[in-house]
Order: sequence, then C-alpha cells, then structure tokens
Amino acid sequence: MLNAVFVANAAEESVNPIFPASYDIIWSAVCFAIILVFFWKAVLPKVQTMLDERSAAIEGNIAKADEAQAQAEAALQEYTAQLAGARQEAGEIREAARADGVKIVAEAKDAAVAEAARVTASAKTQIEAERQSAVVTLRKEVGSLAIDLASGVVGESLSDDKKAGALVDRFLADLEASEKASK
Amino acid sequence: MHIPFVSANDGEFHGPTINEFFPPVIFFEGTPFEINRIILIRFLAVAVIILLFWLATRKMSVVPGRGQSLAEMALDLVRGGIAEDLLGKVDGRRFLPILTAMFFIILGFNITGIIPGLNIAASSTIGFPLVLAVVSYVTFIYSGIKKSPKNFFKNSLFPAGVPWPVYIIVTPIELISTFVIRPVTLTLRLLMNMIVGHLLLVLFFSATQFFFFTADGFFKLFGVGSLAFGFAFTLFEILVAVLQAYVFTLLTAVYIQLALAEEH
Repeated sequence: MLNAVFVANAAEESVNPIFPASYDIIWSAVCFAIILVFFWKAVLPKVQTMLDERSAAIEGNIAKADEAQAQAEAALQEYTAQLAGARQEAGEIREAARADGVKIVAEAKDAAVAEAARVTASAKTQIEAERQSAVVTLRKEVGSLAIDLASGVVGESLSDDKKAGALVDRFLADLEASEKASK
Repeated sequence: MHIPFVSANDGEFHGPTINEFFPPVIFFEGTPFEINRIILIRFLAVAVIILLFWLATRKMSVVPGRGQSLAEMALDLVRGGIAEDLLGKVDGRRFLPILTAMFFIILGFNITGIIPGLNIAASSTIGFPLVLAVVSYVTFIYSGIKKSPKNFFKNSLFPAGVPWPVYIIVTPIELISTFVIRPVTLTLRLLMNMIVGHLLLVLFFSATQFFFFTADGFFKLFGVGSLAFGFAFTLFEILVAVLQAYVFTLLTAVYIQLALAEEH
C-alpha cells in the first residue's frame, strides 16, 4: 500500500512548494495591496476619528461632572454657612429671651415683695388704729359699765366725775393686779 | 473542483500530496496572471474582509452598536495589543495600517482552510507568506534607516556591551539572523503551518471516507476515530489560523521596535 502511494506520487508532476510561482506572488501582492489600502484609507481613519470623538466626549463628560460637583460643593458650603448663621442667630435670640425672662422674673419678684410689704404695712396700721379705737371705746364703755355696776352695788351715785375717774382707775388697777396674781 | 484524494474506483487509499496546493489553472493559463482555485479563494477572502469591515464601520458612532463593537474589539487587538504595546503611541499609529492589514489578511486567508466548500487556506502557497515577509522586511529596514542609519546598523550588527574581539563571531551571526533568517522564518512558519494543517485535515477526512465506504467490516470502525481526529484538528486549525496571524504581526512589530530602538 505504501508503495502504491509512492508510485502514485512519482507518477504525478512533482512540485516544490518552496519555489514561488509568479502568479502566486502577483496575486498575493495585489490582495495585500487592496487590503492595506482599504484599512489605511477607509477603516482606520474612521476608527481614529471615532476614538478621538469618544475620548473627547468622555473628557467632556468628566469636565461636566467636575463642574457639577464644584457647584454642589459651593451650594453645600453656602447652605452650611447659612445654617451656622441661623444657629448663631437662634442662640442669640435664645440668650436674649433668657435674659429677658430673668429680668421679668426679678421685676415681678420685686413688685410682689413691695406689694406684700405695702399690704403688710397697711394691715398693721389698720390693726393698730382699730386696736387703739377699741382700747378707747372699751375703756369708755368698761368705765361707764363699771360705774353703773358699782353704783348699783354701793347704792350711791358717783356723779362726781373726778371721783368716778379715780375709782375706775383703781378698779382697773385692781383688776390687772388680780389678773397677774391669778396667772 | 480539485478532488485529489480518494478515487472510489480503484479501492486504494491515496494520501494527500503536495499537489493539493497546485490545483489546475482556471483563467489566464500560461501567463504570469494564472488564476487557480486558491487564487479565487484569495479574492473571495479579500471581498469578505472588505465587506465585513465596511459593514461594521459604515456608521461609526461614539456609542457602538453590536457590529461596531466586534470590529473595534478586533481592531483593538492589533492597535492596543500589538502596535501601541510594542511601538508606543506615536510609532504605533504610524505603523498601524500595515500591521492591521497584515493581521486581518493573514487571518482571513488562514481561516479559509476550515470553511466548508473552500477547504484550503489561501495562505498555503508560498507566494502569500513570502510577499508578507518581504513587506515586513522592507518595513523594519525602512523604519530603522529612516530613524538613524548609523544606529540601526550599529544595533543590528554590533550589539552593545560585548568586548570587541567577540564581534568577529557575533557580527556575522547577527547579520544572518537579522537580514536573512528573519524573513525566511516568517515565510516558512506561516507556510508550513498552513500546509501541514491542510494535509492533516485531508488525511483524516480522506481516511474517514476510505474506512467508511471502501474498507471492509471491522476496519469501518477506524473511520469513527479518524473522523473524531479530523474534527479535533478542525478546531485546532481555527486556533492556528488566529495564532499565526498574531505571531506574524507581532514579530513584524517587534522587528520594527528593534529597528527603532536607540540602544539594545
């Protein structure tokens, strides 16, 4: 069988694949030239343009994003500053309110104390006055009552005021003395 | 259509031969512009590459659609992964057209090897790898000479950091490796990968055909095995197609980078 293969090979026209035929080279060169020109002049410039556009677009987007971020940061700072201002203002208002409150309470306390003092003083004055008038009235009434009582008891009229007065005084003094003694 | 492997008549198994890669001429026989099946496949591959990329980049937009995304991903493999990575932004952009064209034409020509109906890599005859190797060769020598002829030849032939007597040995080696070996290896690496890949596939599938339809009884079972191998190598060929395109382009970029380098 091997012999048969060799015989068949020998019978056919022997060709060396290492020696190029002219048509082989010519058509290879033509094909390569066509492909080279196609890629060189048609495909690669288009691709290059597109790649440039793409990187430009990407860079543009990055720039846009940077800008947006800067804006956002500025807005955030402004907001933070406003917030801090508002906080400070609120603090000031609160301080003022506290101070006002303290002042109001103090004033109210002072007013109340003064009022209380006034009320106490007037009450004392009134009490004193009433006590005085009561003492006077009592003395008068007790005197006449005692005289009436005594007149009744002694059966004599103590019409003489001088005497009557002395008598009453003595009576009262006795009364006080007895009160002391009974204590 | 060229069907060289099995002739069902004689009941013998014929392995694939090198004549696979030299199908009968279809047009312009006898002129230097002969067109055979492989050349027609090249034209088709070129048309498909142009059509795909034209469709994908017809309406480029900053926010890509599905087709544009795929095309961008593919183009970025060369732009980012090879050109800018090795050559930097400025030189990367200068050599981008040649590297991109190189990558996609090699990929397109390689992949036809596993496309049903085409079944042969358009890059599997020496003309194509040779032309691209010459392009790569001319490009890296041009870039080196244009930048600084003195630096270029000094770096290529007299690598720095070597005591001078060693140059007696090193310089001829560098001369051969830079100006002879490089294009030859570029050519042969691609060519042989494609030739061997195709021969393997033909071998597995013609063996499958033979086992299934010509062999007797028990031997028919071998057909299952050879079919499975044929399938596995078809997948492998996809990898090879992409890998060879990548390696060829990458090496070209590396050569340009070395030619542009101030100092090794």
